[in-house]
Amino acid sequence: MIQRSALTLFMLTILSNTCFAHKLWILPSQTQFAGDDAWVTVDACASNDLFYFNHVPLQLQFLEIVAPDGTEAEAVNKSMGKYRSVFDVELTQNGTYRIALMSKFCFASWEKDGERKRWRGLPSELKEAVPADATEFQVAESLGRLETFVTKNTPTTKAMTPIGDGLEMIPVTHPNDLYTGEDATFRMLVNGEPREGLEVAVIRGGTRYRNQLEETKAVTNAHGEFTVKWDEPGMYWISTSAQDQKTSLEHADTRYLVFSATLEVLPE
Amino acid sequence: MSQAINSKRLAILGMSCFLSISALFRNLQQQSLAEEPETRSEIPMLISVELPRIRVREYHRPYVAVWIEDESRTLVKHVAVWFQQGVNDEGHGEKWLPDLRQWWRRGGRNMDDAVDAVSGATRGAGQHRIRVTEDKLKDLKPGQYNAVVEAAREVGGRELVRLPFQWPPQAKQQAQESGETELGSVSLQVSAPRAD
Repeated sequence: MIQRSALTLFMLTILSNTCFAHKLWILPSQTQFAGDDAWVTVDACASNDLFYFNHVPLQLQFLEIVAPDGTEAEAVNKSMGKYRSVFDVELTQNGTYRIALMSKFCFASWEKDGERKRWRGLPSELKEAVPADATEFQVAESLGRLETFVTKNTPTTKAMTPIGDGLEMIPVTHPNDLYTGEDATFRMLVNGEPREGLEVAVIRGGTRYRNQLEETKAVTNAHGEFTVKWDEPGMYWISTSAQDQKTSLEHADTRYLVFSATLEVLPE
Repeated sequence: MSQAINSKRLAILGMSCFLSISALFRNLQQQSLAEEPETRSEIPMLISVELPRIRVREYHRPYVAVWIEDESRTLVKHVAVWFQQGVNDEGHGEKWLPDLRQWWRRGGRNMDDAVDAVSGATRGAGQHRIRVTEDKLKDLKPGQYNAVVEAAREVGGRELVRLPFQWPPQAKQQAQESGETELGSVSLQVSAPRAD
């Protein structure tokens, strides 16, 4: 039991959205586009401050970009710098693109020669990492989803059809139609089903230039919905987490789910 | 309220003194607008938009959108949108249309025939008059509306002015507002229907 708590704590430290860990985010250069030659460039980072790339870049191996017609769109000019990763997407279609950077990790701990070992990596690397004589073996998985939305011309919703795996945010208010002084409502799904009681953190960017984080919390209702009122324009980071038992690895009984979205709120 | 108007007037007065020549020019223009023949039934609405002369090192003509909104701020008619036509060194002029934030949100972003129909090149500083024809207004439902004028300028600011009017007009209606940065005087004249 103690070991289990230790593993949980270890994973919470990595996954937690607020106090302990760095915030993971992707940041689009803008969210509303027009014209024939429309491109968005996106930064991907982990850092304490929103949205400043001052800690570590994120791996771009699991990018999922859905075009307005529901097909997959391609990221180009992918690169990883010292503090941030970057990619570009050409917006060839009219409508809303859903841009998601996924993370799929596996967390394991075991004892060898009386010592507790902890390991994090891709599920495919697990087998190789664990020694044959390991005892007290424990493993869990995680699925993270960092998301943003950008629109060329009129907003559409087809790209936001639920995928049905892990945590997702489905718009009630369109995520590229957010303005100060107005309410916005979104629905959180876990494996395609609305989830009640999720605590969603909402933080406006530009944290370096104010003394308090000014984080607000919203809780999802019976329909999985939560509502935010935007007091000020800016790029916002919203985040929540959950867990389920939909694991793929043998011996893993918990999957930790993390979701964050970056949303642009414009002044009226 | 009247104090607010007075202080606004004072501010305008101050600016007018500062740019006395252009103010004189503007007054002349306003007079001529007021004296527009009243009931040419094919031109029931006149919107006058002043783009102020702005003395800055890098001046670009503003993007301007004019439209009619109903009480719920739904765009019911596009009246005009002036933006850089075609491509220049900095790309296609359409790229910056979302900077007309309110217009873009309220319907500009559809970029449909209704937008094409009112699109035109950017205009320079001065007074610009837009005649809205009967044909354009005849399917407006009776009610309260605003004529909205929004301007956004590259490396400059953005400003929006609303002028209320009632449709159909019972009598001649006039409204006038002054912008403070990107727009000068903006006025609206709605003619009463002819007695016949």
